[in-house]
Amino acid sequence: MSQGDATALTPPSPSVGTRATNWGLTIAVVILLFMAFKPAKIAELGLLVENWPNTVEYTKGYLHPNFKDLFKIYLPEMWVTIAIAVWGTVLSVFLAIPLALLGSSNIAPQWIVQPVRRFMDLLRSMNEIVLATAFFVAVGPGALAGVLAMALHNAGVLAKLFSEAVEAIDKAPVEGVRATGGSRLHEVIWGVIPQVAPLWTSFALYRFESNVRSSTILGLIGAGGIGFVLFENIKSFDYPVTAAIVIVIVVTVMLIDMVSAQIRKRLL
Amino acid sequence: MTAPLVEVTSVSKTFTRKAAAAGGNTTFKALDNVSFVMTKPERVALIGPSGSGKSTLLRSISGLHTIDKGKGAVSVMGRVVQKNGSLASDVRATRSRMGMIAQQFNLVGRLSLFTNAALGFLGKVSGLRGFLGMWTADEKQAVMRALDHVGVAQFAGQRANTLSGGQQQRGAIARAIVQGAQIVLADEPVASLDPVTARKVMKLLVNLNEADGVGVIVTLHQVDYAKLYCDRILALKEGKVVYDGPASGLDDETLKNIYGAEFEDAFWGEAKA
Repeated sequence: MSQGDATALTPPSPSVGTRATNWGLTIAVVILLFMAFKPAKIAELGLLVENWPNTVEYTKGYLHPNFKDLFKIYLPEMWVTIAIAVWGTVLSVFLAIPLALLGSSNIAPQWIVQPVRRFMDLLRSMNEIVLATAFFVAVGPGALAGVLAMALHNAGVLAKLFSEAVEAIDKAPVEGVRATGGSRLHEVIWGVIPQVAPLWTSFALYRFESNVRSSTILGLIGAGGIGFVLFENIKSFDYPVTAAIVIVIVVTVMLIDMVSAQIRKRLL
Repeated sequence: MTAPLVEVTSVSKTFTRKAAAAGGNTTFKALDNVSFVMTKPERVALIGPSGSGKSTLLRSISGLHTIDKGKGAVSVMGRVVQKNGSLASDVRATRSRMGMIAQQFNLVGRLSLFTNAALGFLGKVSGLRGFLGMWTADEKQAVMRALDHVGVAQFAGQRANTLSGGQQQRGAIARAIVQGAQIVLADEPVASLDPVTARKVMKLLVNLNEADGVGVIVTLHQVDYAKLYCDRILALKEGKVVYDGPASGLDDETLKNIYGAEFEDAFWGEAKA
């Protein structure tokens, strides 16, 4: 067929069905935004400009941070926050590993995979703050409640990430282990874990980074650490101290993120 | 009378592929009533065009594929591997006496070559030792001897995925030696290797057979390698055995029957021109 034949050179175009779906989705999103306009009070966006002088006045309070209790209170409390994240993360990893293996369709049969996955969904959907208030009842307000809440919520998150990594493994080395006469557990330990270990470690470090931030928030509701001190000072309108605490938090989180990112980069 | 090393009796294997569109599943018969016996440690080459069932036969012998229900059985060293579509309950114990070597080596890339070879002990060590890799001093020595035997002892501490294809394949052979395998099943072991390395690997398999009395079944695409390194050839075509006899008896006419009329052009055309 010659190149001048227009019908032979017609580029592919989306089908009528695809185009209708695309348009339908676009219209649906626009309608959704319109419906959410009033409940989200987007109309009050003008207040941002109207109340600008008040905002400036408030922010001025932060311009002179007061580090007087840096070594006595802020850093020790920051350490408590980090400690909550460390234990919360490590416990969540230990909970997530069996869940991830049992929730991977290339390892476990469907009748185990499905209930385990739903359990993972349940853990993930329970907010850390809600979980922490539940643990307040059991172990009282403080760091331990924060650790337990963080461990449970993150177990759900990590188990999902871990099981996705397991489902993406190369099955050839696993078969290699099976062919030596190894058991199912041998296949997991020697064929699966070595393949996913770097990715799992990377995911765990990533969660640790975000857990340090979450741990600060948990402090706000009484789970101990720097968040609690921050909240007390905001309530008493002590802006210079609040500013100092915010700086401590931001610098710590940035440092942890940087170190963790470097480690993750080397792992993969 | 001692039991044959390998006994494959009336084995069929059908693969079913789920069709994406309407119209039902499609089936493909990879093995069609295949029988084959290896009574003494031989070097058997499985040849045949792609899709003729070579790998399927090899994997059925090791029990990595379950054969079709109905009839058919696979026994190795007198122990049933599978029968009538079900694996034997002690298949792991039987597998521990068979070494499996694959085209892509099937080593665990992030583990050292030493650990990969030591995994050959998994079928023998019990409980915690196998899970934690707590090898005894004697076992460690045996692993090093096996690696030395195939010429890769100097890479023992290196991760498998940092080594060349030939080094990894030799590591896989070392694993079979560590297993104390009495049969080695090699699935296209030289397909991804350069000719020099491929010959070295084939010579190692010959050596395993001649020096250690190990039965070797190897699938090959290279007919010349099959004739050079093996004493018996089993040819498959569309899942059926079309030749089973000495390597010396494989003439051009038989090869044309196996690979089709274009065989002569593809294999010998340039040499004859």
